[in-house]
Amino acid sequence: MGNKCEENLKVGAATIKAAEKYKGQEGAVMMALHEVQNAYGYISEDNQKYLSKELNVPLSEIYGIITFYNRFSLTPKGKYNIQVCLGTACHVQGAQTLFDLVKEKLGIEDGQTTEDGLFSLEGVRCLGACGLAPAIVVNSEVYGKVTPKKLEEIIAEYREKK
Amino acid sequence: MKKKIMVCCGTGCTSSKSENIIKALKEEIKIRKVKDIEVSKTGCFGFCAKGPIVVIEPEETFYELVKVEDAKDIVEAVVSGNLVERLLPKEKEEFVKKWHELNFYHKQKRIALKNCGKINPENIDEYIEEKGYKALEKAVKEMSQEDVINEVLKSGLRGRGGAGFPTGKKWQFAKDSVSDIKYVVCNADEGDPGAFMDRSILEGDPHSIIEAMAIAGFAIGASEGYVYVRAEYPIAVNRLEIAIEQAKEKKVLGNNIFGTDFSFDIKIRLGAGAFVCGEETALLNSIEGKRGEPRTKPPFPAVSGLFGKPTLINNVETLANIPQIILNGGNWYSEIGTETSKGTKVFALSGNINNVGLVEVPMGTTLREIIYDVGGGIPNGKGFKACQMGGPSGGCIPAEFLDTKIDYENLNKIGAMMGSGGLIAMDDTKCMVNIAKFFLEFTVDESCGKCPPCRIGTKRMLEILTRITEGKGKEGDIELLEELAYSIKDASLCGLGQTAANPVLSTIKYFRDEYIAHIRDKKCPAGECKALASYIIDEEICKQCGICKKNCPVDAIKGEVRQGAFEIIQDKCIKCGTCVAKCPFKAISKK
Repeated sequence: MGNKCEENLKVGAATIKAAEKYKGQEGAVMMALHEVQNAYGYISEDNQKYLSKELNVPLSEIYGIITFYNRFSLTPKGKYNIQVCLGTACHVQGAQTLFDLVKEKLGIEDGQTTEDGLFSLEGVRCLGACGLAPAIVVNSEVYGKVTPKKLEEIIAEYREKK
Repeated sequence: MKKKIMVCCGTGCTSSKSENIIKALKEEIKIRKVKDIEVSKTGCFGFCAKGPIVVIEPEETFYELVKVEDAKDIVEAVVSGNLVERLLPKEKEEFVKKWHELNFYHKQKRIALKNCGKINPENIDEYIEEKGYKALEKAVKEMSQEDVINEVLKSGLRGRGGAGFPTGKKWQFAKDSVSDIKYVVCNADEGDPGAFMDRSILEGDPHSIIEAMAIAGFAIGASEGYVYVRAEYPIAVNRLEIAIEQAKEKKVLGNNIFGTDFSFDIKIRLGAGAFVCGEETALLNSIEGKRGEPRTKPPFPAVSGLFGKPTLINNVETLANIPQIILNGGNWYSEIGTETSKGTKVFALSGNINNVGLVEVPMGTTLREIIYDVGGGIPNGKGFKACQMGGPSGGCIPAEFLDTKIDYENLNKIGAMMGSGGLIAMDDTKCMVNIAKFFLEFTVDESCGKCPPCRIGTKRMLEILTRITEGKGKEGDIELLEELAYSIKDASLCGLGQTAANPVLSTIKYFRDEYIAHIRDKKCPAGECKALASYIIDEEICKQCGICKKNCPVDAIKGEVRQGAFEIIQDKCIKCGTCVAKCPFKAISKK
């Protein structure tokens, strides 16, 4: 995040691009937020302020939108974001146990990031991969038919990768 | 004759690396320098339990659970005209060679899923070969707006998103609204846990949705459309983008479609993970870039919807039926199904069932047929306890209703609902109180917070359910739950709140005994509620091998090999059941 504008905001290049791209369009905020979230894994206060100014939407409203939708985050996620599907099909196949196990293994709660910034945990609602239940996703890699043992191996594998 | 190797690239099979299978197949074909064999990706075959799936056309040979290493043998077999026997599905000890001959497909009738598994979704020409965009051409060239709406009315098609409102009527209302600008919106915010038909249709046959939206636009007098799709469905979004581009190139989308005055354009808007956005007015707010909170109805979207203009909102599966209805006529469609519910319905089968996957059956098929004939029954020799239909708005249906013919009315009568068509089977190890609690957790999480009955009421219900599952339930809790449920139903603003209590009400109705066992006897009959269950190692049976300890993911088992029986530290145990599964001597049981 190199570029600075006159208020000394730390604004990312992707944010500037998104603001330019959607300025003046109907429903611009949501689309711009998607791009910022995808680029940085979260939406910092400075990026929010910049979007507020450029898109002419009150900061409070932007904050309201970010906190309403699960996909937008105010804090940085870990290098490896573990999503545990808590949909019905996965639930029936033991997803809650997996979810509890990740919490236990990483020492974090839902929505938190480990101190070393390596892992974050998210309980998510149905990924639509019910055929693979129980499913977890690490970044964009989907793992199906996960067992407690397999989950441990997956975490260990990412820990080694660093 | 040219042969085609079709590889399923739906979400399930893609997760099992079907893209790599395509690569390996192409590589093999290149090495062997064979001609006339094409490798193509295609949409979901529905039989997700057997993925990755590869089908050889024109013979319709069905290969299941294919691995990258199998590519060589598959190409060899196609070239020599043989079969790779080890990859063929087996039924009653016999190989089944063609995919239509599988039991899984016998009772199915694919209309909405017609092209899934048949064409390459990223190639518009293959869609056109299957009479694609013929319905749109027929509509804009040969039919009036009224004609189109009449066909949809005649078909008896009802909204597949959940409520089952007659689609033709919806179109009529939107057409009758007078405005210079109108919109067509496709609701692809498939949020019901356990439902993945919309995802599969978008991934397997995106052009059918584009064509249907254009037909709808023509019928109601709109020239702009939006698809609101979950950002969690990257493959679907990507294929939709490709399809829109190709449709514009072929000029079946854009200005002056088929040389007429009719113009139509489609934009994609991404959801951001809020279940309530599946509710139509919340969805409209979200497209407008706001918090996805529902609006008060009336005015209905057909009068004042997106940006205050008349808007037609249809679900993906509903739209997928439209081109077929226009091509074959409303009467053709209305011959399928029951008196009040016409056509077919796609169900997403999952949970404790052998054939996990996507199935499309005529309305009026019984649950028993779906679960046992199509779904292959309950695995591991366990019994069927209930199935959950309609997601967080639906209910649990017990075994006594297995012979109910499924349609909108019958499901409502027994306290469930069609919903989007998620059908989750549960075996007898599942606790119904826990399932009710699971859905309430979902609703509490996803309630947008706008209206208090839903926001506060569901939270109170969850607290009561939680204490029941923890063995702290009190006499009168069941009645209190019922009272709260009816108040929330009556007083909530949108469908989410109005139906939030259904999973609780239906489980109380059919499994009251189970609630009572939790409250009075502090017991979970199914043994699922963790606070009420513990795992015990039987000292007599334990052979002190240590396999359980080695496999315990949380080090909750103490003891040394051949130094006396092992023991489970109850405080540490997370009740995952791994030890039970791993113990070779069946020495561990749930108490």
